[in-house]
Amino acid sequence: MSEPCAIEARGLSKHFGSLVAVDKLDLDVPRGRIYGFLGPNGCGKSTTIRMLCGLLTPTSGRATVLGVDVPGDAAALKARIGYMTQKFSLFVDMTNYENLQFITEIYSYPRADRERRIDELLERYDLADRRKQLAGTMSGGQKQRLALACAVLHKPDLLLLDEPTSAVDPQSRRDFWAKLFELAEAGTTILVSTHYMDEAERCHRLAILDRGVKVADGTPQELKESTGMHVVEVLADDPFAAQKLVDTVPGVVSVTQLGIRLRVLIPDSVDDPVERVAARLERGNLAASATLSSAGLEDVFVAVTLKPGQAAA
Amino acid sequence: MNSLSRLGAIVRKEVRQLRRDRLTFGMVVGLPIIQMLLFGYAINTDVRNLKTAFADEAETHLSREFIADLKQSQVADVRYRSSSPAELEELLRRGRISIGVHIPHDFDRRIVDRERAAVHILVDGSDPTILSVANQLRSMPVGFDSVPPMADSVGAIEVRPYYNPERRTPVNIVPGLMGIILTMTMMLFTAVAIVRERERGNLELLINTPVSSAELMIGKVIPYILIGMLQLALILGVGDLLFNVPVRGSIADLYLAASLFIAANLALGLLISTLANTQFQAMQMTVFVLLPSILLSGFMFPFDGMPRFAQLLGEVLPTTHFIRLTRGIMLREADITELYPAVLALAAFTAVAMTLAASRFSKRLD
Repeated sequence: MSEPCAIEARGLSKHFGSLVAVDKLDLDVPRGRIYGFLGPNGCGKSTTIRMLCGLLTPTSGRATVLGVDVPGDAAALKARIGYMTQKFSLFVDMTNYENLQFITEIYSYPRADRERRIDELLERYDLADRRKQLAGTMSGGQKQRLALACAVLHKPDLLLLDEPTSAVDPQSRRDFWAKLFELAEAGTTILVSTHYMDEAERCHRLAILDRGVKVADGTPQELKESTGMHVVEVLADDPFAAQKLVDTVPGVVSVTQLGIRLRVLIPDSVDDPVERVAARLERGNLAASATLSSAGLEDVFVAVTLKPGQAAA
Repeated sequence: MNSLSRLGAIVRKEVRQLRRDRLTFGMVVGLPIIQMLLFGYAINTDVRNLKTAFADEAETHLSREFIADLKQSQVADVRYRSSSPAELEELLRRGRISIGVHIPHDFDRRIVDRERAAVHILVDGSDPTILSVANQLRSMPVGFDSVPPMADSVGAIEVRPYYNPERRTPVNIVPGLMGIILTMTMMLFTAVAIVRERERGNLELLINTPVSSAELMIGKVIPYILIGMLQLALILGVGDLLFNVPVRGSIADLYLAASLFIAANLALGLLISTLANTQFQAMQMTVFVLLPSILLSGFMFPFDGMPRFAQLLGEVLPTTHFIRLTRGIMLREADITELYPAVLALAAFTAVAMTLAASRFSKRLD
């Protein structure tokens, strides 16, 4: 990409006492893209986001956000960043209109355009008929739309979303992502943290964090192609018994049950993965079939977050 | 310019939320009125009608006259008549009476020879207020109406109560109560308002906006200053209307003193908000300050009568100094400049609490 990155971090670390929340993180987030942070709770996603918007001071390392060094002039950055918190953080005892109005005021949005901007946002985020409803009385999906409207009100160049969809239903989540793509199309860079695979799948690029360390980075497609693992899918009538059996196959590093299916990960270096699994199932007299499958994001996640000892086994 | 408009936005938001919060709004108005009524009518240190029994072993004309005098004094409400001192002690122990009057059988002779006490008064000393009231009975003249009263039956010392000649309790209570009510509401409201914002996650949103922590703190505090002023007016109004409590000094001085005191309490509230993580903790902490403010500030008990250690603690509380100011201005017609030590103490307290709060507040945002 010709343009410089929206976010560039080198060796970013944050320690809380003896706990290493983020460990030497390198990050390149291209402009106008949706960049995902995938990882379990406590892997350092929120801490990283907070360092990037200047709320936390890194223990070591540096970052450049929208061309501004962090930590540094955090105040100047705030006007160019939109931030959506994990927990709904608007005022529950104020109406949608009042919340938006408050945001226009604290961002010093041009006075003459305020009303027009509020109307525009209420319209775009399907809240026009809830203008006078108290924010606290809305559903999870509606609250989230209001939060997004408030986060983008001042037309930020960078939008930071901290697990934005943890409290909403799948339909709302789909709608929400449609809005995000619109924003990215218009040139906004979006950094979103999540622990949902389907959400991670939608990102242009993705970093997987595990206990403060970045363990993978790339487009979802790249990540799936570079797991270094064979994925064998086993269909079994008794998946529980099959799992016990497959676990003992030499080379198998992970078995995950999905309903009646098993996803079996075997390192690339092992030959004939399907045959190995099928042979073991046959010897165990289990009605099951094994086929080679391609890696999904979940497989990628399992593969990159394996403990070092397991991967070697 | 932008900073001012952001400040305005926060103040407007705060007022808007406050108007919707019926409970808080009710407390702003209801608390002063209810407290005024409770304290004004219920607390009465000018004690009358103490339950009394007497045992008259003399049964003379003189002793009956004495008992009639006793009944007329209004201090004693004579309920029982006993036959012996032992029976009086029994009544006293069972809490049926506060005062027992024993008139010995040689009452008449004792009055004349003045060597021994003519009357024994048994008092339930477990309540010091009752004891001090009973002491008044000592000065009651005893003797025949026909016989001119003896010289020493007139007290050598005459007490003349200044500033509150009728000895009405509300006159003393209301200026002090002003301090207590403002402490309660100002400190609690500020502390809770900020902690609530943190609890609900609003603070996380706000610190990601261009709003600075100074704008946020000042913006949140301004509406409460106005509320404090409103409460002051309310207390003065009720005090005047129901209890006839005067404001002898200047109203401007009173409001000046109140502004200082409100500032001190808001600073304290801010400090508490930086220490508490939940609204419940904030409330617990305010009680921690409120209780000594009620007990040690001179509101309940005369400050000079407290032990040295309690006085030292009291000196640290802003309420103590404010009560000195209000009693001075309202009752003794003092000028605020004459009361400068209290003014300085309040200013110093505000400065210290504010500095502590500001340093802790910015830390919390990191």
